[in-house]
Amino acid sequence: MKMMTPQSEAELAEIIAGASGPLCIQGGGTRGRTVEGDVLSTCSLTGVELYEPGALTLVVKAGTPVAEVEALLAAENQRLAFEPMDHRGLLGTEGEPTIGGVIAANVSGPRRIQTGAARDHLLGVRFVDGSGQAVKNGGRVMKNVTGYDLVKLLCGAHGALGVLTEVSLKVLPRAEAMATVAVADVGLNQAVAAMSASLGSPYDVTGAAYDPDSKTAFVRVEGFADSVSYRSKKLAAELAGFGETSISAEGEPLWQGIRDVSAFHGREGDVWRISVKPSDAVELAPRLEAEALQFDWGGGLIWARVAEGNDLRARVNVPGHATLVRASAGTRSRLGVFQPQPGLLAAISEGLRRQFDPKGIFNPGLMG
Amino acid sequence: MQMPSPNPAILARKQALAARLLKALPPDAVIQDEMETRAYECDALTAYKCPPLLAVLPRTTQEVSDILRICHEEGVPVVPRGAGTSLAGGALPTADCVILGVARMNEVLETDYENRIIRVQTGRTNLSVSGAVEEEEFFYAPDPSSQLACAIAGNIAMNSGGAHCLKYGVTTNNLMGVTMVMMDGTVVEIGGAHLDAGELDLLGVICGSEGQLGVVTEATLRILRKPEGARPVLIGYDSNEVAGACVSDIIKAGVLPVAIEFMDRPCIEACEAFAKAGYPMCEALLIVEVEGSEEEILHQLGLIIDIARSHNPVELREAGDAEEAGRIWLGRKSAFGAMGQINDYMCLDGTIPVSSLPFVLRRIGEMSQEFGLDVANVFHAGDGNMHPLILFDANKPGDLETCEAFGAEILKLCVEAGGCLTGEHGVGIEKRDLMLHQYTAEDLEAQLKIKDVFDPKWLLNPAKVFPLSVTEGRRSMALAAE
Ligand SMILES: Cc1cc2nc3c(=O)[nH]c(=O)nc-3n(C[C@H](O)[C@H](O)[C@H](O)COP(=O)(O)OP(=O)(O)OC[C@H]3O[C@@H](n4cnc5c(N)ncnc54)[C@H](O)[C@@H]3O)c2cc1C
Repeated sequence: MKMMTPQSEAELAEIIAGASGPLCIQGGGTRGRTVEGDVLSTCSLTGVELYEPGALTLVVKAGTPVAEVEALLAAENQRLAFEPMDHRGLLGTEGEPTIGGVIAANVSGPRRIQTGAARDHLLGVRFVDGSGQAVKNGGRVMKNVTGYDLVKLLCGAHGALGVLTEVSLKVLPRAEAMATVAVADVGLNQAVAAMSASLGSPYDVTGAAYDPDSKTAFVRVEGFADSVSYRSKKLAAELAGFGETSISAEGEPLWQGIRDVSAFHGREGDVWRISVKPSDAVELAPRLEAEALQFDWGGGLIWARVAEGNDLRARVNVPGHATLVRASAGTRSRLGVFQPQPGLLAAISEGLRRQFDPKGIFNPGLMG
Repeated sequence: MQMPSPNPAILARKQALAARLLKALPPDAVIQDEMETRAYECDALTAYKCPPLLAVLPRTTQEVSDILRICHEEGVPVVPRGAGTSLAGGALPTADCVILGVARMNEVLETDYENRIIRVQTGRTNLSVSGAVEEEEFFYAPDPSSQLACAIAGNIAMNSGGAHCLKYGVTTNNLMGVTMVMMDGTVVEIGGAHLDAGELDLLGVICGSEGQLGVVTEATLRILRKPEGARPVLIGYDSNEVAGACVSDIIKAGVLPVAIEFMDRPCIEACEAFAKAGYPMCEALLIVEVEGSEEEILHQLGLIIDIARSHNPVELREAGDAEEAGRIWLGRKSAFGAMGQINDYMCLDGTIPVSSLPFVLRRIGEMSQEFGLDVANVFHAGDGNMHPLILFDANKPGDLETCEAFGAEILKLCVEAGGCLTGEHGVGIEKRDLMLHQYTAEDLEAQLKIKDVFDPKWLLNPAKVFPLSVTEGRRSMALAAE
């Protein structure tokens, strides 16, 4: 097993053109080892190509550490609004997460329900396909419908269609203030109803999560200080019918914990991530027979920690999908990381993978 | 505009094809009379016209599936059509095609406020989607200026935007799922009421694919609760540069207005003559709108006005009430109508990085002199999406051609400035031949590979999006295979 760290897109393209065996595509390697094979790492493709705060745009090489991107943005009072999760704590991995890894996995946090996912902030990509051809799609401007949108397709493709070398992102102003409204002592049913009420309010909620252990629902608002104070009070009043409400201004660690599922850190078991219609979470949760659960996205994102080796998908009887985020290599290969698609869609996806990776060398077996 | 010559074998089979379609569909769903098919000869890019072989107007996904299966078996091209408001010629027929119009498919299938979604048939108009949830104070965010007429089908195909997308995003950011019929008649369900794809993001590539990958019959859309209130402020400057700097400063200050619209002097003059909104005569006008409760609006407007003042505006007008707010928007909203009054016009749709705004506007002014045609600019400044309107006289020989040549130069300029050929209207036939200015042949090849998977016979919405030279090989191979 080799480790290859090309220094340029051209070198990366050359390696791919010459490769015949499986390649494990990696950024910082913090999101777990994907497949067996030579490691092809983008960690040397680093650097900021362009950052225009007044245009809310950032163009950066795929191997650039997320921490570097975040620090750069913070200096201008901006941020990646989709709030990407840091997987290290949950997976017990080390290394530096890269922006390319975030995009390849479409990693989004609690704010996804309001501002969109990573894919919604991605304006353009450069990538190298499985034949070694470098391709550009999209650009650096906020609105662009020129030709097919491969930008979205590459985001979340986990390297199966191409190795990202450069990404353009829409960035947003960092909020001046934040407040969290907690609703205490509510069951899941009530919590989902409370989160739904808050997300259906005009108060621009940027996070809605539920912790079943403490039986507390959390609702976040962000923005200018006066506005946050106004909206959090309104919400607290409107949610009072569900349970006792309180407002706190110190929510940073709380939301980071929800984002990174810190309640599961260092605890044994497989970890699944399930995306469903929020109201479906209520009936689904007990069916999962989980050791621990955490709910985000108003109930639409369920994190489940279950005993090792169980096929949780067999218990999900509602539309959506379940991804196996943490498990032993054996369980991963037996159950598959991604939820298999229905036949016709699987054929389309397989057709796309074959088009972009004709040699079948990119993270083979990970998807499909 | 070059179009592939119609397939004579298909033209000769018109009767037989109509008969086959009539067997599968109700009689009023198949239109073959030449007087009636003429209604589908063009979309809003009226400079190009071509009556289709037939038009079909299904009411259900099953009927769409039957139509496509038959056309697939017969090797007949299909051009999907929503309301026909495309400004890019996206729904332009070929003489040997069947127009598949979804206008009769306009039902609301499900509204779910708890999960904040609505499911509709795609022939439903954009505005009537918001209309369906208005009672509960919800709305569907993407708001193209054509929203009274355009259908969700066309919005999805073009990934349409609107004045408020700075805050709410464009169609792709508000689309959660589709029911789509593939060219061979098979029906696929993609996405739904849950968020994001578990595998490849097929929804992401279908949105904006201009009717070339499948016919979308139903859609799950995200709906949002209306803000408590909204209010615009009007700011006038005596130079485009200064107005551009003001926009950039507002964004940098961390205020995120829902809309920042920009008009230049020729546009202001035309709007004023037409709508008499009482706009000041100056070089550049900004309309900035914010949302929230009364206090929130006042606070945001306060910040914006401070920034605006620091750039020495020649006019600064706040809306005291709804009536005044309406007047501020009046001129902007009638901009296209105003242009239509004075002249024939072509509406362009390039995007540029906001920072190159002054440069691009200056260059357009110079080019206007060179080509001898006037141009007015109105655009979504927050996201750099420009709509230069070139004025010409359709009755004057050669004027349309000059206008098109001028338009092409403006779009190339947008690309050179770091932007793109189209921000929200789509490529269609209009910008098809400019694609190689933005993308290399290899970049386009990657896009064609997508089409190969979804529509291997290359029958859906032919001759759009890509230069004919680039698709030549694939089209003739598909034809030979028939
Ligand atoms: C006055 C005016 C103002 C406008 N303002 C805006 C604006 O602010 N923002 C903006 O983005 N656009 C704007 N447009 C452009 C236009 O309205 C949009 O592109 C709109 O989305 C087209 O919708 P439609 O239903 O009319 O589609 P059509 O014109 O019928 O078709 C557009 C494309 O969609 C495809 N299509 C149609 N139905 C389907 C289907 N069921 N499945 C797959 N493909 C399909 C067609 O083949 C075609 O390629 C404006 C147009 C006009 C005339």
